[in-house]
Amino acid sequence: MSGHESKYTPNSAFERWLDTRLPIIRFANDTMITFPTPKNLNYWYIFGAILAVCLVIQIVTGVILAMHYEASVDGAFASVERIMRDVPYGWLLRYIHANGASMFFLAVYLHMFRGLYYGSYKAPREVLWIIGCVIYLLMMATAFLGYMLPWGQMSYHGSNVITGLFGAIPLVGESIQTWLMGGPSIGNQTLQRFFSLHYLLPFMIAAAVALHVWALHVPGNTNPTGVEVKDIEKDTVPFHPYYTVKDAFGVVIFLIMFAVFVFYAPGVLGHADNYIEANALVTPAHIVPEWYLLPFYAILRAITFDLGPIDAKLLGVIFMFAAIAVLFVLPWLDTSKVKSMRYRPVARQFFFGFVVVCFLLGWCGAANPDDAVIPALQGNPSLVVSYTVDGAPATNTYKGGDEVFEQAKAFMASLPAGTNPSLAAVPAPTFAFRHLSLILTFLYFGYFAALFFIGLTEKPKALPESIHKSVLKRKPKETGNAVPAE
Amino acid sequence: MTTETHAEAVDEDRRNFIHIATGSVALGGVAMFAWTLVDQWNPAADTRAASALDVDVSKVPLGGEIRILIGGKPFFVRHRTPAEISAAESVNIAMLPDPESDEARLRPKADGSLNKAILVTSGSCTHLGCVPVGPSQGNTGDYGGWYCPCHGSHYDTSGRIRKGPAPSNLPVPNYRWVSDSVVNISL
Repeated sequence: MSGHESKYTPNSAFERWLDTRLPIIRFANDTMITFPTPKNLNYWYIFGAILAVCLVIQIVTGVILAMHYEASVDGAFASVERIMRDVPYGWLLRYIHANGASMFFLAVYLHMFRGLYYGSYKAPREVLWIIGCVIYLLMMATAFLGYMLPWGQMSYHGSNVITGLFGAIPLVGESIQTWLMGGPSIGNQTLQRFFSLHYLLPFMIAAAVALHVWALHVPGNTNPTGVEVKDIEKDTVPFHPYYTVKDAFGVVIFLIMFAVFVFYAPGVLGHADNYIEANALVTPAHIVPEWYLLPFYAILRAITFDLGPIDAKLLGVIFMFAAIAVLFVLPWLDTSKVKSMRYRPVARQFFFGFVVVCFLLGWCGAANPDDAVIPALQGNPSLVVSYTVDGAPATNTYKGGDEVFEQAKAFMASLPAGTNPSLAAVPAPTFAFRHLSLILTFLYFGYFAALFFIGLTEKPKALPESIHKSVLKRKPKETGNAVPAE
Repeated sequence: MTTETHAEAVDEDRRNFIHIATGSVALGGVAMFAWTLVDQWNPAADTRAASALDVDVSKVPLGGEIRILIGGKPFFVRHRTPAEISAAESVNIAMLPDPESDEARLRPKADGSLNKAILVTSGSCTHLGCVPVGPSQGNTGDYGGWYCPCHGSHYDTSGRIRKGPAPSNLPVPNYRWVSDSVVNISL
């Protein structure tokens, strides 16, 4: 907490000299060593440290990759292959960087779900939460820009889709799209500006992280009870060694999982299409973003209807951006004063439902929107003969087993010349992914609306008096010694 | 107005003038420099220069198409069969999502006549800019024209949207017939 007294005493003559000129050791000591931290933080609170490690890994490997990368349409793809084959340990650095992006997002999502569950966005931590949302936005921008750099098929066409999103914005959209692409289409100039920005944004993230930590250290950490620290002596422990060690343990476990991906499945989170050099004339059959953007992609594609003057394309873009924007205003949407879902039995159920919705949206984002969610429930396709009668289109539909093909063929043969008959297999109507996506989109936004109304009516469980008391209650004393283990 | 708090008189008007003048110059300078910073995002002169191309359409096989890039943007030049032309002309225009007659999507030659066999359209789906597949990829969609594999838009043999999320027809680019077999396409 910002109010906490500095416990730093300069020990050497040099430290005393420095402390009156640049009290940087005092600052480090107060923020990372003696910082009073609630004593009941569980393992959901380790992701801040893990994310800091991820950012450092991405910047270090990224700066090195930039030494070998060539930002031009003629050289980019080959330079990435050169990194993989010829640069000493280039394969390792690139795989760490590519998988590191996924690990970064994995950690940030767990970090965000932690914040949503324990109400970390509530007063007095709204600014802390908003800065976190800004970091998340910057991360998505950085990931998108970086994904373009290998100049593979998915890079090129994925960028086309995303820059196209900006083109859907009325009035200014086309200008923004042209500014992003620097020409009539994605080309060399686009690759160069994306590379420049991909190098810039991580440092902006680092600056935002500094603000995030600053904003954290003013009110101090939240904790699983959501009850604020009342007595620093009883409710908190110093950050070091209690949480440095706990975080370090979490980081080690995380890095083991990270290494499993890097060494045993380095391509499993990517797309094979991106190992084909970009070709503007051939669109991959199935354009999907990286897994961490899939839920938003599903929301984008869920909207296939116009709403008044707003066409489906713009509406999809609006919903997709709204899905992120809603996080920014969440501190004011959730009307409950109780922070932790532990004490909110109704909202808690909704939270778990929300997590499931997010996963299902990711599943929808990866699927073809017209495919059946449950293929077994989809009936046989019907055969449709389309032809023209006096210039007007007409169709004849055949349903059934194998014999209908013969019937359709016979019907086509019986039609007079000039009717242009054609035969098509039309899949039976079914519950497709675009229907599921639409339902899930409304459930996604519904969660935030629900938080507003639940907070007005629900009866929360009794909150513990203090962090200290809550710890004692969960660990009934066995030896008669009331002093909690520290 | 002057105040006499110090030994020397402080002229507030004079100070205000200096503050406002300094601020205005700084703001003007920032605004002008911001213009530079924003304008450099626009297409460069060489990018804009590479924006037109002469295409020999006599090389396009009947029933097939060629795909060309101008300034990195894809365009289709399709040689339509008589059946495809009549399919494009026989549609009830009022029923189309983006009503446009087939003739309105062709450009006359120098003598005013139309070459209905040659259709020139943009090659980016009006939904999100993917390149639809066509006869050379073996999939022309439900209406015999093009099919966009990204989000399932079907275009007919006139490049008009018939089904799917795309809001409008494949745009017809600016082009003119230079001779009987050459068109000049520009962005």
